[in-house]
Amino acid sequence: MKIEPLEFEKPIVDLENQLAEIRDRSVGHEFELDTDIQKIEAKLRKTKTSVYQKLTPWQRIQIARHPQRPFMLDYVEKSLDDFIELHGDRTIGDDEAMPGGFATLDSQKVVVVGHQKGRDTKENLRRNFGSAHPEGYRKAIRLMRMGEKFDAPIIALIDTPGAYPGIGAEERNIAEAIAYNLREMMLLKVPIIAVVIGEGGSGGALGIGVADRVLIMENAYYSIISPEGCAAILWKDRKYAPEAAEALKITANDLSEMGIVDEIIPEPLGGAHHDHVGAALSLKNVVRKHVSELQKIPNDELLEARYQKFRNLGEFKGA
Amino acid sequence: MNRKMVVSRGFVGNFGVHETEKHDVMGIFKKPSIKSLGKKKRDMPEGLWHKCPSCGAIIHEADLQQRFRVCSKCEHHFTLTSHERIELLIDPGTFKETEGHLESVNPLGFKSYTDKVKNYQQKTGLKEAVLTGKGSICGAPITIAVMDFRFLGGSMGSVVGEKVTRAIELATAENRGVVVLSASGGARMHEGILSLMQMGKTSGALARHSEAKLPFISVLTHPTTGGVTASFATLGDVIIAEPKCMIGFAGPRVVKETTHQNLPPGFQSAEFMLEHGLVDLIVHRSDMREKLGQLFNFMLPKNAGSAAA
Ligand SMILES: [Zn+2]
Repeated sequence: MKIEPLEFEKPIVDLENQLAEIRDRSVGHEFELDTDIQKIEAKLRKTKTSVYQKLTPWQRIQIARHPQRPFMLDYVEKSLDDFIELHGDRTIGDDEAMPGGFATLDSQKVVVVGHQKGRDTKENLRRNFGSAHPEGYRKAIRLMRMGEKFDAPIIALIDTPGAYPGIGAEERNIAEAIAYNLREMMLLKVPIIAVVIGEGGSGGALGIGVADRVLIMENAYYSIISPEGCAAILWKDRKYAPEAAEALKITANDLSEMGIVDEIIPEPLGGAHHDHVGAALSLKNVVRKHVSELQKIPNDELLEARYQKFRNLGEFKGA
Repeated sequence: MNRKMVVSRGFVGNFGVHETEKHDVMGIFKKPSIKSLGKKKRDMPEGLWHKCPSCGAIIHEADLQQRFRVCSKCEHHFTLTSHERIELLIDPGTFKETEGHLESVNPLGFKSYTDKVKNYQQKTGLKEAVLTGKGSICGAPITIAVMDFRFLGGSMGSVVGEKVTRAIELATAENRGVVVLSASGGARMHEGILSLMQMGKTSGALARHSEAKLPFISVLTHPTTGGVTASFATLGDVIIAEPKCMIGFAGPRVVKETTHQNLPPGFQSAEFMLEHGLVDLIVHRSDMREKLGQLFNFMLPKNAGSAAA
């Protein structure tokens, strides 16, 4: 798979092209060009380090939204086994923006739900670009209840620009579908681990995000509003989205400092889209660790800790 | 305990006449005497007229005050302040404000947020966008949270989330019902992700309140949208809307821009919500107190109001 470079990756791509070219020419003249190759390779390493270690919030958002980024079902396929997808909310339909089902994590049975984006236009029509309708949230809580019933820890993979703001979604009470999950997830007697794998778009993300552990991939983001939306309100122009991304404090590091997320899952150099298998393995290792930690905690303590985790979020004076 | 409706008052808020006569129906509106007008900040000079935004009728301030700020021509419900709501709903002498000291900080160091809060505090005389407390409604012991749209669009940041949560937790501890009157543009952008987390926090508190078999009534007033709709406002055991108020997850403009479709008539109005099965009742402001009293008195346990064991 050829990776589509992002704007800020241009210096890296240039060096990679130079390197490829000089290697082509070097066939037959290895000794003379060896030092040139080494020089470019060194420069490439340095450039990669400096570009990827100093990513701005806006650059990370580009990575989080990269069309070749691993999506929910990629993680299911590469981190979990024996996935059985289960369909439908039992009332209206099946929301393909929110797949879910049974799976195993090594030998541990789990219930997995999450937002799924489409890889191309055709799939995106089915998946609604990862924006779920009420049916998606209602299917998700139905599956999560089975997690409680069958003693299978819940893994929720979050990747949505937001819940869908459509006419049908409003008529079928998208707000209540989210609110209901917020309340009911607080009471599920089974460990819940939420991972923001790409975009954590506001209420649509939180609608499957009430968990004992909230994890985030290194380049993912989680926000009350899209940077574009914030820029439109604050600066009356969406082109200030990079400034808004900064102000909103939505990167993994910011969220970790604020106590919103419990752990940042490292991504392969340059972002998860460069190496799906590597990213999936990284996620698997961290999730597995948290599952086994949480399974040792008695249910009443688990639920009390989950309540307190959200109870304690917020800053104010006059306490 | 006498849970019968005790006193109904002509609605005056803390800005005008205070009627103390006993009568049984709130729909009886007494004309306030002119001399009792003109004390506090909402007081208008004699002869002040309002234009109804719905039907265009010209209404005198005194008439509006008598009718709970409802248009006498078309029943349009004008916006109420949080104090006016308390005055309207809570049994006289029973209201005790809680957590009135909580104030916002600027956790993200967000551009001009601190000044914004200060300006709204000065403009409204409120500390934040929600007023909470305990008291009784027709004798039923409750805690109440009233959002005030005048304060930064009734948006929910850390303070609003904390105050609503504490009101719910207090109700759980003291075996009380909860009533929340919502009026909100949604979660408060200026506090970023912390505002989003207030949705989880308030909904979690409601989970525990509900497990204790205590009733929660959500009253939706104009307008209720966004993160407030997607958390406590839609979690009522009973959900009541004021006539014609706008209720939704996304605002109508966003829905229109996203879908490129024409919105159906009455989309996101209280009547639309009732028709689609999303709210239980539409209740006129003049009947609200009595209706809440009836519902709470039905739903509350016998030992309501005594601290939980
Ligand atoms: Zn009118």
